[in-house]
Amino acid sequence: MHSVPEECSVKESPDNRRNFLKKIWGVFGIVAGAESIAALAGFFKPGKKLLTDNTPKFIVAGNVKDFQLNSVFPFRSGKFYLVRLDDGGFMAISLKCTHLGCSVIWNEAKKEFICPCHASSFNTFGEVMKAPAPRALDVFHVIIEEGKVKVDVSKVIRRNGFDKTLVTYA
Amino acid sequence: MVTETSIRFNRTFGLGGMALLLFTIQLVTGMVLRFAYIPSPEKAYDSILFIQHELLLGGFIRNIHHWSGIFFVILTFLHFVRVFFAQAIFIPRRVNWVIGIFLLLLVVLSNFTGYLLPWDQLSFWAVTVATNMLSYIPLIGDWLVQVIRGGNDVGSATLLNFYNFHTGILPIIMVILMVWHFWKVRKAKGVAVPDENNEVRVPSYPNLLLKELVVGLVLIAFICMLAAIFNAPLLDRANPAYSPNPAKAPWYFMGIQELLMHIHPFFAFIVLPLLFFGGLIWLPFKIKAGNQGLWFHSEKGKKMAIQAAVLALLFTPVAILIEDFFLHFESWLPHWPKAISEGLIPFLLLCGSFFIYLVYLRRKYIPDSREIIIAVFTVFTVSYIVLSVIGIWFRGESMQLNWPWLI
Repeated sequence: MHSVPEECSVKESPDNRRNFLKKIWGVFGIVAGAESIAALAGFFKPGKKLLTDNTPKFIVAGNVKDFQLNSVFPFRSGKFYLVRLDDGGFMAISLKCTHLGCSVIWNEAKKEFICPCHASSFNTFGEVMKAPAPRALDVFHVIIEEGKVKVDVSKVIRRNGFDKTLVTYA
Repeated sequence: MVTETSIRFNRTFGLGGMALLLFTIQLVTGMVLRFAYIPSPEKAYDSILFIQHELLLGGFIRNIHHWSGIFFVILTFLHFVRVFFAQAIFIPRRVNWVIGIFLLLLVVLSNFTGYLLPWDQLSFWAVTVATNMLSYIPLIGDWLVQVIRGGNDVGSATLLNFYNFHTGILPIIMVILMVWHFWKVRKAKGVAVPDENNEVRVPSYPNLLLKELVVGLVLIAFICMLAAIFNAPLLDRANPAYSPNPAKAPWYFMGIQELLMHIHPFFAFIVLPLLFFGGLIWLPFKIKAGNQGLWFHSEKGKKMAIQAAVLALLFTPVAILIEDFFLHFESWLPHWPKAISEGLIPFLLLCGSFFIYLVYLRRKYIPDSREIIIAVFTVFTVSYIVLSVIGIWFRGESMQLNWPWLI
């Protein structure tokens, strides 16, 4: 083993200084790169302020009494179907197919939601009857205030199957 | 100076030159269209109507842009296939081969970003379906779709993004890559020919240039004729609440959409394309050059390629029919995750039959690695073409199988 001569390790050699300056440049480079990426990310960020839809948070679907049991009502502008179950519960089922995002169509004869794109089908609760859809249709929260059914369309709720807590009763 | 063999028409079929011409046509017509098109959901459709029906020659220019866009994808694809079968993918052309693959993807992306701009039912749902496919990429999928769409759904932010990529970013990247591509062709002393050193060289002008000119003029005439007779499609204004039935992705993605009917998106959209393109990029760096410039590498390679094409032509429709009517893994294994019942199991079945095919090839032909690659490439491309044809012409309402004349 050879030891480093003492004067070398104490005195600053020009090489050391050069390395130090190089490192500084490197740090500057990384900072500049990060700034560029941050700027780019800002431009690409989803939900650009001016372009976001100003849809109201709640859609008032109607009076509880107006919806018969065991039937399905389309609300195309809100992109959901309001489903009244046998037991009087309400569900707001998104019409966006979980496979590739086409709008499902309610088939009254078969009592199924059918996707026109890849022929997935879902039952009244939005559960998958036929693949390729990977999971049940998304839902929105339904609240009932003063006898009126309101649907919160601002938040989509993902689920894997029927969930009792997502059904709202009058 | 170019070699005499390389300027025979059946050496390159003028495909690369035609692709360059189509890029130029797209650039010129696109620049003109930009003056009249408005990239916002409220105005886009109306501006297209205005271009198509009221602007002097507007419809003609839009039709040219539409038809040459389609030819651009087809000819670039054929160029890619031609170069592969001429074995021009090894040193000194392997870097150019990789550049070419990226250019092919950029051509498809250009067409895809342009697809949304008319903002009619066709474009809106095609882009909805196609961007949704990305959400199946593990971990980053959902985030990626959000970034590309600029939000949860295809909307005004998506249109602005696509417009910027279509008319700005993608063409610029393509020009840069194209310059590199052509320079590399020069560096490799022209296109690959079998016995390069014993070739007679002739001046490029007039020998090559006149031929390119003739091919180019014929192509321009053909596209103008198409544009004069057939209008670019324009359906109703986009309606986010109603998908048309059936809703199909752009035609060049229909092979993938057809695949999605049979196998979990993770395999259809991620694994298989990655295997294919990853393999094509990786191979020239792994395997030594064979007979560059000789079609299919050898007589044996040619025989294997033809056999592979016939097999894929038969196997793909049969597999689709079997899967559609007999195999229902998701109902046989209801409690298994879909990624396994709908994904891994069919994928392993596919791999299994592929493996049997490979064993058969090895026994029958005793091929070298280049010949095997040619056969595998042929199986992949022909299957994709068959899948596309079935998806485009044999799927009717609710994507059910049907005869084209009954749809």
